Amino acid sequence: MIHLTTPLGDEVLELRAGDAVTLSGTVYTARDEAHLRMMEDGIPFDPQGAAVYHCGPVIKGERVVAAGPTTSARMNDLSGFLLDAGVRALIGKGGMGPAVREGLGGRGVYLAFTGGCAALAAARMRLVGVYYEDLGMAEAVWQIELDRLPLIVGIDASGGDLFADVGQKAKIHFEQRFNK
Amino acid sequence: MMERGASRLLEAVASATASALREAETTLPADVLGAIEGALERERNPIARTQIENILENVRYAGEHALPICQDTGVPVVYLTLPPTVPFTPDLREAVAEGVRRATAAVPLRPNVVDPLTRQNTGDNTGGGMPAVHVTPGDDLTITVLPKGAGAENCSRIAMLLPSQVGSVARFAAETVLLAGGKPCPPVVLGIGIGSTFDGAAARAKEALLLPIDTMTPYEQEICDAVNTLCIGPMGLGGDVTALAVKVRQGHCHTASLPVAVNVQCWAHRRATRRVEV
Repeated sequence: MIHLTTPLGDEVLELRAGDAVTLSGTVYTARDEAHLRMMEDGIPFDPQGAAVYHCGPVIKGERVVAAGPTTSARMNDLSGFLLDAGVRALIGKGGMGPAVREGLGGRGVYLAFTGGCAALAAARMRLVGVYYEDLGMAEAVWQIELDRLPLIVGIDASGGDLFADVGQKAKIHFEQRFNK
Repeated sequence: MMERGASRLLEAVASATASALREAETTLPADVLGAIEGALERERNPIARTQIENILENVRYAGEHALPICQDTGVPVVYLTLPPTVPFTPDLREAVAEGVRRATAAVPLRPNVVDPLTRQNTGDNTGGGMPAVHVTPGDDLTITVLPKGAGAENCSRIAMLLPSQVGSVARFAAETVLLAGGKPCPPVVLGIGIGSTFDGAAARAKEALLLPIDTMTPYEQEICDAVNTLCIGPMGLGGDVTALAVKVRQGHCHTASLPVAVNVQCWAHRRATRRVEV
């Protein structure tokens, strides 16, 4: 198991799709609306070596109650500016498109957390702060301190993409089963 | 006297709705938990196994701490059976909505309900037709909640197949899962509505998700096996278990039609039922 801590640097370039890692340090949650706002107004946190988590948590008071990943593919066309600004890791579920895979090349990684595991995630989180609270609980940018969140490298900085590989194989299996 | 009885019933409905939602959001039904444990037994891919282990640990932790299993606590879908003595009135519908508002504040649930165009959030998971309430006649007053998350719901599809394509239902279901990949949080459960009308097929697909998943008919098993040959695996990271179960509900249709709807459900297949004394 490889242990990563933010801010992330060139160590992420060594990771390979399929590696199991843990991540500690700061993550910023962001979904569709937050990405659109950041593209318009600028990134409200220091993006150098940062990790952005595709997540709309349940927050109660000062506590993270539930914070599993949301479907990353919705951010396929909204993520380039983050990587250009120095963000080194995108975290979510379900994988991302070819443009993001290209954008990560030589710069960063996409890390997959188990979808739906919101209570498990919250058990390893401490709420630090919030930006864009006016967007509502699900869409705000929450600054969260992580303690060893278990993740799988989905897309690496060398073009390795576990989701794309599985998808291609699934397509072949489908053709064999139904289009013979 | 009549009025007091009516208001007592409405309070009981609100309270039972909130209680059912709390149970659904923080625990998994025994049949679903059993299916996930079964998935861990037969899954051979090591990465896939870590995902199923995370799921089982998550469910344990959520149960112990009365936390939502998933932060996408869904939109409230509610099925009522009403005995002949209880009419479906606007007040009864409002009582169900009141239960949703209470659960949203108390569990808490994430406010997910928005206007479809302005995207303005109502803040309490009700309004504009939410909760979705479906009523059928029955012997007892029962309230079944099926909170539905968006990741899986967004991957659902409907097709107006031709009568000659009656053998293509498994293909359409597998194609739906293929297009979905890791997005709906597999291992998934598929509710398939076959027949009826365009809208009726979709309604039956969702109703199929109310059926216990610890047994499948040979037809359901055949579709499930076809889906699992894709090897998309838990979370789309590859593996043996892509679907936990397939459930089918059918209805008669026009001789020239074959509507088929596939309602995709994530592994967090949450539902709970309460019976209310009338």
